Amino acid sequence: MKLNKLYVVLVLLAVVAPFFLYPVFLAKLLCFALFACAFNLMLGYVGLLSFGHAAFLGTGGYITGWLMMNSGLTPELAVILGTVAAGALGAVFGKLSVKREGIYFAMVTLALAQLVFFLYLQAPFTGGEDGMQGVSRGELFGFIDLTDNLNMYYFVLAVFLFGFWLVHRTIHSPFGQILKAIRENEPRAVSLGYEVNNYKWVAFTISAALAGLAGSTKTLVFQLASLTDVHWHMSGEVVLMTLVGGVGTILGPVVGAGVIVTMQNYLSGGELGNYVHIIMGFIFVICVLAFRSGIVGELQKVWKRNFG
Amino acid sequence: MSADYVLETRNLIKEFKGFTAVDDVNLQVARGHIHALIGPNGAGKTTVFNLLTKFLIPTSGQILFNGDDITAMKPAAIARKGVVRSFQISAVFPHLSVLENVRVALQRKEGHSFHFWRSQKVLDRLNERAYELLASVGLADFAEAQTVDLSYGRKRALEIATTLALEPELMLLDEPTQGMGHEDVGLVADLIKKVSKGRTILMVEHNLHVVSKLADRITVLQRGSILTEGDYSTVSADPRVREAYMGTAASEEQDRADEQAAMEVVEEARG
Repeated sequence: MKLNKLYVVLVLLAVVAPFFLYPVFLAKLLCFALFACAFNLMLGYVGLLSFGHAAFLGTGGYITGWLMMNSGLTPELAVILGTVAAGALGAVFGKLSVKREGIYFAMVTLALAQLVFFLYLQAPFTGGEDGMQGVSRGELFGFIDLTDNLNMYYFVLAVFLFGFWLVHRTIHSPFGQILKAIRENEPRAVSLGYEVNNYKWVAFTISAALAGLAGSTKTLVFQLASLTDVHWHMSGEVVLMTLVGGVGTILGPVVGAGVIVTMQNYLSGGELGNYVHIIMGFIFVICVLAFRSGIVGELQKVWKRNFG
Repeated sequence: MSADYVLETRNLIKEFKGFTAVDDVNLQVARGHIHALIGPNGAGKTTVFNLLTKFLIPTSGQILFNGDDITAMKPAAIARKGVVRSFQISAVFPHLSVLENVRVALQRKEGHSFHFWRSQKVLDRLNERAYELLASVGLADFAEAQTVDLSYGRKRALEIATTLALEPELMLLDEPTQGMGHEDVGLVADLIKKVSKGRTILMVEHNLHVVSKLADRITVLQRGSILTEGDYSTVSADPRVREAYMGTAASEEQDRADEQAAMEVVEEARG
């Protein structure tokens, strides 16, 4: 019940936030939060660290961007198709990678994502180094003008809430129960008759599709799809967001994305612009050394100690 | 005559690089029996066990379950056929509740294990059956506890309840009393006896007292081959078994004494 109240408060905050803060910034924040939630589904609930999630973010972005520029589809359809494309790519990558564990899984996903990166670098439709610029936002359902930043923000908020709900539901579903069992004791799950790789594969596909959804909406927000989103830096950044916020907690990735994106935004503008990566690296080291369970994880511990 | 046997191996061989761990084993487990697999350390018991449960692939030979060749099947697939194993280290899901542990097993036959869009509330209708199973192993009062907090013996009991949830035709138990205190050994032995009704059990066991109490038939392994077979009185009277066992029992004690001595030396050096 307490958690439900917290959610209500957070949603209300998100609804009124654009009247106090710049909506495009908030939309960016939500896109990354969704991306981190998708990633956390794999790392936090399956226990597999994917180092190739940028491929799905980027694929969603490019497909949606291309459709908006060339097909005349309405934005919601372009976003859905971008998501489906990322999910399909995830299904293929997942089939190839879930048989591996630990560092090998990370390496396979990284290698596949690099393959995708170079494909997009060379493919004519992406605009290569220049990226895909001037993507129109279009009109949602044919009548809501997304060039209005406020409208855009609320669309992103709706998408985010859907994605967050889906992750939450997946974790708390019969399927999620099996995922937990696999994470807890894989040989035992096998001995109970579960084909564990199939479960990991489905989780990976969902995670990839949601990362694609984040990328698709992000492209609409910035009217741009670029190589930054498929670069391995992006795969690393989402690991950072998730760890800072709290891996395996439902709100952790949201908080982590908030912290990292806000920092990047403010630091890169100021005098410390050149040191962004050093500062982030420093925070990462501190988190790994001192706050293993991330911001949300640590808060939960404090909460449990005092009220639990 | 294979119909009388739930499980059968034919000329089972497992070779690791330059070393034959299991050498031409023909094992027959009769329906309804508690069958014990014993032998000194390194006799190949665990290897045989892992071959039977498909966690290892045999170099050659056949494994038959109810007369069907299951040699090439995957571990999860034989579990669905009704062959369920336990592990040496108690196999539970530590950060699920005791009730949830049993439900994970019950859930499989419900057919909604891939439904990520449904609420886990659909699992609540399994609770009644889960409580029954927990009660049958004496864990009804612990249903809501986190599994990690249970004592070792209770974890073992939970593991058995989880296995029973699958209603297996054949249970394979890997050293069910290993690492247990005296009381827990008795508890688990009684439990095995109780759940053996109407099913077949094959167990690897070190504790000869437990074996003498439970087993209908005993197979003694030595150096990867079957040394002898029979009921407890036959097997225990066999001088070769005594030699094999006493030999290592003595050497184990020797090992332990050596270890002790080594520890003392270390302690002294520190002090």
